[in-house]
Amino acid sequence: MENQPYIDTAHLTPPTTGPAHGTLRSYSIGFCLSLLLTIIPYLVVVNHVQMGTALVVTILGVAVVQLVVQLLFFLHLGREEKPYWNLFVFLFAAMVIGILVIGSLWIMHNLNYNMTPAEMNARMLDQAE
Amino acid sequence: MPVQTLSHQERHPEQHREMDDRVIFGFWVYLMTDCVLFASLFAVYAVLHNNTFGGLPSSTLFNLPNVLVETLLLLTSSFTCGLAMLAAHRNDKNMTLTWFAVTLILGATFLGLELREFHQLVADGNSWQRSGFLSSFFTLVGTHGLHIATGILWGALMLLEVTRRGLTSINLRRLSTFSLFWHFLDIVWIFIFSFVYLMGAR
Repeated sequence: MENQPYIDTAHLTPPTTGPAHGTLRSYSIGFCLSLLLTIIPYLVVVNHVQMGTALVVTILGVAVVQLVVQLLFFLHLGREEKPYWNLFVFLFAAMVIGILVIGSLWIMHNLNYNMTPAEMNARMLDQAE
Repeated sequence: MPVQTLSHQERHPEQHREMDDRVIFGFWVYLMTDCVLFASLFAVYAVLHNNTFGGLPSSTLFNLPNVLVETLLLLTSSFTCGLAMLAAHRNDKNMTLTWFAVTLILGATFLGLELREFHQLVADGNSWQRSGFLSSFFTLVGTHGLHIATGILWGALMLLEVTRRGLTSINLRRLSTFSLFWHFLDIVWIFIFSFVYLMGAR
């Protein structure tokens, strides 16, 4: 009987993940994968296995895989009940971050590109003084 | 769903569940806005990282083995934080305290190594005043370090609280938000490790 009022109001509040807990197995898998994904790019960089663009792609790719591993195994993202509020907030933040970072790099790259060599030299002289 | 064993929660399970959900969702939204803060600092670093103003470039500046140790420390602390939460949900107070203490010690060691690195850089004349590159480097990595320091303080207070009052439903909720915060900082560090240190070392 005690629970009756809560059942009535349940639909008024957004149900979210709640403290989604993992299991020892999920934490251990996440930890081992993360260790691997940390040591592999480190060895690649230290031993000069790759150079230039290939290296950048490797580092970037491994970082994104590690992000996904930790989101799934440590933060249990996507394991919540519908309607996945945490996941939506995360995806929105990811979009904002994408616009912010890619946009900044794009604009600054264009600024450098559009600057004439004479302007560059003048700037550098100004800074040196 | 694991069974909640706390007697207080058994009396009002729905109410507690709802409150927990709301608090954790709110904290998650905070973490996502913190993500945006870090993203802006990453963007600044990406734009400025070549502006060394005649100083040493990142390829000769960073001590990679030290950074690898830092990364492994933080990664392990994220894992032990998860173990602490598992113990907390089993209502095992001693193991919760032990694993959280291990987490905080690992975090403090990480912070110590980071401060030693900063001190070394400044002592060699590569402080944040040296160039745009170093300003953005210290701001990005320092902001993460500040978060870690805050986390250690918060965790230490939680240890006291759990020791005094036990694993009450409120403490369990606080520990859940703390663990989210800690895992989140680990993820931010992965990106600092990859983009600042590994990319910088090539």
